[in-house]
Amino acid sequence: MKSATSKLTLLLVCTMSLLTAGCSAKPNKSDAQPSKVTINPNPYPSTYKPIEGEPTLITNVTILDGVGNRFDNGSIYFVDGKIQAIAESGQTLDVSENAKIIDGKGKWVTPGIIDNHSHLGVYPSPSTRSHSDGNEMTNPVTAQVWAEHSVWPQDPGFGRALAGGVTTLQILPGSANLFGGRSVVLKNVPNRTMQDMKFPDAPYGMKMACGENPKRVYGQKGGPMTRMGNVAGYRQAWSDAQDYMRKWEAYERDYEAGKNPKAPKRDLKLETLAGVLEGDIRVHMHCYRADEMTVMMDVMKEFNYQIGTFHHAVEAYKIADKLKENDVCSAMWADWWGFKMEAYDGIRENIPAVHNAGACAIVHSDSDLGIQRLNQEAAKAWSDGKRAGIDIPMKDAWLWLSANPAKSLGIFDKTGSLEAGKQADIVLWNGNPFSTYTKAEHVYIDGGLAYSLTDSSTWPVSDFELGQVGEGDSK
Amino acid sequence: MKKLITLVTALSMVSSIAAENIAIVGGKVHTMTSAGVLEKGTVLLSDGRISAVFADGEVPQGYKVIDASGKVVTPGFVGALTSLGLVEVSSSSGVVDSSVEKTPITNTGAAFDVQYAINTDSSLIPVTRLEGVTSAATTVSNGEFLFGGKGAVISLDGFAPVLKAGAFMTVDAGSGGAEISGGSRASLWVMLDKVFNEAKNAKDNLSAEKPWYGINTRLDVSALKQVIAGDMPLFMRADRASDIRQVIAFKKRHSSINVILVHGVEAWRVANQLADAEIPVIIDPEYNLPGGFDQMGATLKNAARLHNAGVQVAIGMDTHNIRLAAQHAGNAVANGLDYEAGLASLTKVPAQILGLESQLGSLVKGARADVVIWSGDPLEVTQAAESVFIGGKAIKMESRQTKLRDRYLTLQDSEYTMPSQYERSAQ
Repeated sequence: MKSATSKLTLLLVCTMSLLTAGCSAKPNKSDAQPSKVTINPNPYPSTYKPIEGEPTLITNVTILDGVGNRFDNGSIYFVDGKIQAIAESGQTLDVSENAKIIDGKGKWVTPGIIDNHSHLGVYPSPSTRSHSDGNEMTNPVTAQVWAEHSVWPQDPGFGRALAGGVTTLQILPGSANLFGGRSVVLKNVPNRTMQDMKFPDAPYGMKMACGENPKRVYGQKGGPMTRMGNVAGYRQAWSDAQDYMRKWEAYERDYEAGKNPKAPKRDLKLETLAGVLEGDIRVHMHCYRADEMTVMMDVMKEFNYQIGTFHHAVEAYKIADKLKENDVCSAMWADWWGFKMEAYDGIRENIPAVHNAGACAIVHSDSDLGIQRLNQEAAKAWSDGKRAGIDIPMKDAWLWLSANPAKSLGIFDKTGSLEAGKQADIVLWNGNPFSTYTKAEHVYIDGGLAYSLTDSSTWPVSDFELGQVGEGDSK
Repeated sequence: MKKLITLVTALSMVSSIAAENIAIVGGKVHTMTSAGVLEKGTVLLSDGRISAVFADGEVPQGYKVIDASGKVVTPGFVGALTSLGLVEVSSSSGVVDSSVEKTPITNTGAAFDVQYAINTDSSLIPVTRLEGVTSAATTVSNGEFLFGGKGAVISLDGFAPVLKAGAFMTVDAGSGGAEISGGSRASLWVMLDKVFNEAKNAKDNLSAEKPWYGINTRLDVSALKQVIAGDMPLFMRADRASDIRQVIAFKKRHSSINVILVHGVEAWRVANQLADAEIPVIIDPEYNLPGGFDQMGATLKNAARLHNAGVQVAIGMDTHNIRLAAQHAGNAVANGLDYEAGLASLTKVPAQILGLESQLGSLVKGARADVVIWSGDPLEVTQAAESVFIGGKAIKMESRQTKLRDRYLTLQDSEYTMPSQYERSAQ
């Protein structure tokens, strides 16, 4: 499968002088010139295949389309894995004769939830030491590692998240390192291999971390041991990446000039960093404090890259204006606080305050339990905001759960809202999802029924759970 | 220490005397007693106590009336197992009284006593109480010892904290306990029997002059004697069914001990036996993952299945976010737990477990006037505590967090015209 990812990474490797032509082997300009060194940009391609669906029409249902619209007594029709149409109350839709029709009276439909901060598969259940594959704590700069090489698809957590309406999730390396490595975006259809779950054509992300974690981990191991040490570490790494890019540029230039240059030695670490500087890989930065996030936005300008999202961003409410100005999203918890100093100023109104300032707000989990009820996290933030005078309609609050995380991951052209032509990643809730008592009744991924609350045959049982106590039980 | 205790008592009296007479009228009152739910009930608070709870009738003279029409009234929630008052920030932040390292006073950990360690000015206390949690069991949460010492029940009134010292003692009877007992349950249970039998058989006043060769220190023995007498419940943590069966067997061997099962991920598998043995549980009902081989049977149905078998279920194990216990209970209800049992898991049951059922966890004459008025169903994530009374006094609905919120929302509104540190919310 030819993917956007591969195209993006192609640019990373070859851009340096050759913006128009691809990197694939081209006829040699002269017989003396050996073929150009090229790098396979997509060595672990997605083999994801959707669960087969049937044309489905849900009627009489309350729809939040995830981009700011609400339809009471609406209908939604999806077929061949794509959303075909949404109809307001009173409108009818042309549907196929064999379409399955579901009466959604009293129920709600939303886009599938997208969690852009998960460690499922890299810190799976059971959390034995043998399974601890999320932090390459051997060096503060490990941009060369890829989370997808750690993902254990038999983590029962995927199936539990599915029951909570999560249709897409980003698996990140941990936050021990300044540069933790690449992330991978998965469709939440548990399967045999990581590649079977890999979201086709999703760009890569890269994890970075501010603050206490790198200091704590490396303080007695050669540093950094301070926040200023952290920043020096980022800056040196970016500078090294610039140098690396110049080497490749020189190679490209000389090659195009018909010379016979020696290709630079491939450096997997700098390759990923260069991908960020080229704009192909998205930065996901663990950062709590307002002042640190602001320093990082200056580092971003110094080296001319874009931070896509600050993760945790417990103090985002203090600098919501600056986050907006710099077009950086904040992925937040509703109410976690105090477990370390940099989380001490957490407030319940963080998410609505960021939204209210016009900045991009995201609800994230960073938890194998929290991921199962992100709708409740949004509900808490929504109601806390309301009580503090920030009255955000539910139809806008759903941006935090689907559209904004999709934007953060670079997949909003494919999923994250209920709009015609998009992937049919849809949750039918058995009531208002802004309630403790409401559950995902049906979860569709690419139009296929991946989970049904009332049909135990659709409840994933991972290999690990097979033949063990509780196999197939209601979880 | 005696002085300290006296001082605490004095302060407690001052707070009670200062409380006015309050009548909360018109709300849907969950009494958590045999009186059940009063659709439009009246709760009278007087001298720091609940003086009456009734469905109809006049409010006597001299009461300040608070209209709770359309709202829900419950007893203040009781944090079933926390380290409140013992920790401000756990990681990399100086001394944290919720963890204890090796010390000559103890070998088994039984001798610690957290009543001396409560910081009444902890910022966690206002953060927690303004969400309806008015008291909590608090204790050492991690250490290198078999036992977690003597836990206390504290009020979150912010100045007279200790409602009951020596209120309970924790022990890990699962993997964690095995880990510190030579790495195996084969050692853990022999150890537990040994230390309890040793304490039981030791003289009441172990003389310092006479040599003592026990596994426990003399102070440990004296603490364990209180457990053996049944005065101090033993919170035994275990997850897998076979460990829970050992807990039940332990209780049979040591019948005077008041055993409470904690965490109990697979407790539903042993629900009938727990009910027969009259062992209540404190669980996290949201825990549904096989985090280890001891938790393979984890399910969101745990609370409901336990309750249906007749086990008393308490919910609420956390510290910074013990305020989320209501959400946990709500999710237990969403997964089949009876609604009133969900409320009881936050009120009556933890109070009973801690031996304070006449004081906490129900709206009954003579109990402490810890009362909460909620905007609606307290188990619903979108509802919140609107007024909280502790010992009969309305607390100020304010915390560091609300002050941070107000400072930065004001700045946002004023387009950051003032440097943030000059912005104070109006008092």
